[in-house]
Amino acid sequence: MPLTLAEKLISMHAGREVHAGELTVVKVDFAYVQDWTGPLTVDKIAELGAGLSKTPSHTAVFIDHASPSSFKEVSTGHVKLRDYARSSGCLLHDVGEGVSHLVLGEKVTAPGMLMVGADSHTCQGGALGAFATGMGSTDIGVAIATGETWMLVPEAIRVEVTGRLKPGVYSKDIILYLIGLIGSDGATYQSLEFFGDTIENLSVPGRTTISSMAVEAGGKCGLFESDGHTLEWLRENGRESDFKEIKADKGAHYARVINIDAASLEPMVSFPHMVDNTRPISHPDCKDVPVHQAYLGSTTNGYFEDFEAAAKVLRGRHAAPGTRLVITPGTKSVYRKMMSSGLMDVFLDAGGVINSPGCGACPGSHEGILGDGENCAASINRNFKGRMGNPKSFVYLASPATVAASAIEGKLADPRRYS
Amino acid sequence: MSGKAWKFGDNISTDLIAAGRYAHLRTNLPELAKHVLEDARDEFRTGVKEGDFVVGGRNFGLGSSREHAPVIIKMAGTSCVAAKSFARIFFRNCINIGLPAVRVDTDRIDDGDELELDLAAGVLRDRTKGIELSFPPMPKVMTDILNAGGLVPYLKKNKGFVI
Repeated sequence: MPLTLAEKLISMHAGREVHAGELTVVKVDFAYVQDWTGPLTVDKIAELGAGLSKTPSHTAVFIDHASPSSFKEVSTGHVKLRDYARSSGCLLHDVGEGVSHLVLGEKVTAPGMLMVGADSHTCQGGALGAFATGMGSTDIGVAIATGETWMLVPEAIRVEVTGRLKPGVYSKDIILYLIGLIGSDGATYQSLEFFGDTIENLSVPGRTTISSMAVEAGGKCGLFESDGHTLEWLRENGRESDFKEIKADKGAHYARVINIDAASLEPMVSFPHMVDNTRPISHPDCKDVPVHQAYLGSTTNGYFEDFEAAAKVLRGRHAAPGTRLVITPGTKSVYRKMMSSGLMDVFLDAGGVINSPGCGACPGSHEGILGDGENCAASINRNFKGRMGNPKSFVYLASPATVAASAIEGKLADPRRYS
Repeated sequence: MSGKAWKFGDNISTDLIAAGRYAHLRTNLPELAKHVLEDARDEFRTGVKEGDFVVGGRNFGLGSSREHAPVIIKMAGTSCVAAKSFARIFFRNCINIGLPAVRVDTDRIDDGDELELDLAAGVLRDRTKGIELSFPPMPKVMTDILNAGGLVPYLKKNKGFVI
């Protein structure tokens, strides 16, 4: 029977061929936690009493959400995680190393893997052809301790994206458009699978922007086939041998097929307080929306090419008076490349402030919390009320280029004017 | 299990249930629980009584994987979360911590209605309205996890997943 990407990847870990709708136990290749979910996982592993980690070399702790910490309570949670890493022998990525999913994308994630993480954006791993999905602290504790989890094999939605993106339009705009089209629960329990020549032409970082946001439509995962771009990325990161060909079978059954004409897409903006509340930038609602903070970074737009796209807009220009420009590199290697390539100078000359690599202000505990009544244009992944730390503030989601243009003009702005 | 209905709208995110600005309290759950659903409906956290029901609309629990969201709903004394639909991770987390989460047509329930959950029969009774709302059965593994009181006690009992 022809298989979707989700069916194929889950079958590879179930020891038998499984199809949408079936329940199965799967072998987990890699499990991880971050500092907001990890302390609870550590408690659950202790309660379970099954041992600290089945495969420590395939288990990781990331300190990325509060990095470095701003609260003594969070710092104490960090101590607990470091103690766990030491006693279990698992990998530890401490303060300043970057966002879990992005670090894994550089060092670990590979086609054909099955990964679970105690973070909803774990689905980002799908960009490299891995089945990756987020779960809660207890589920991940069990996966770490036993090397297994159970899952329902999801139905799949085939998203076929064709045509050439116009200058100033990016993969972020594709995923915001899709979520606006199907809604924040349009893919609940389903696998979003991406095909078409536009997708084939996207680099791995461009794909991670899309896969990370699969969960924003309710999706269990956001999957891509592996191809030449996957191989190129793995080679750049010194792990070419991790490549494996993962393709969906012709004739596989999809619950739904969605066609998107990339050439007709405009830069998109998600208005507060829902990701599916989207408008094209030319919409009248986007006119004269003041931006008090322009925020670049997050797991969704935290790789080098995201900052490069923003820098292209910002080069030789300055943020408007009254608009703060805050930049959080996704990983330490992105940070280094931003220094060596001169991007840091572009951002500093534009009036920007640079945070340490990590999740930064996106989850709302530090490094750019908004004031009452303030608006933020952000290259992040969700804009729920309170997301960036203040329920009386407003978050507008957009691509890095749109955020950069908005910084210059001090209001939501069309990046195509600068391309 | 019976109690009063606290109604919430569609798309109650985990940010509304357990806000990021209180993330430093995640290692002190009783303190975090004092802020449960604060940004969705502030009077809930002080007014909720043992046995009460959280009643949402569509897509309840969307957003992050933070298990603290259902944990503090349960710690507040809530006996069940009822909604028209749930976000995937939130739903799984509820079952894993032994908090019943049921899918029913919550439009038929009004704020303050007296509710009673009969898990075995698969119905939520609205005693104020005199109606019974049935919910679809969960996969056996989820029912077993819920009946065991959560994933950890389930695994201690079964020594593995029984699908």
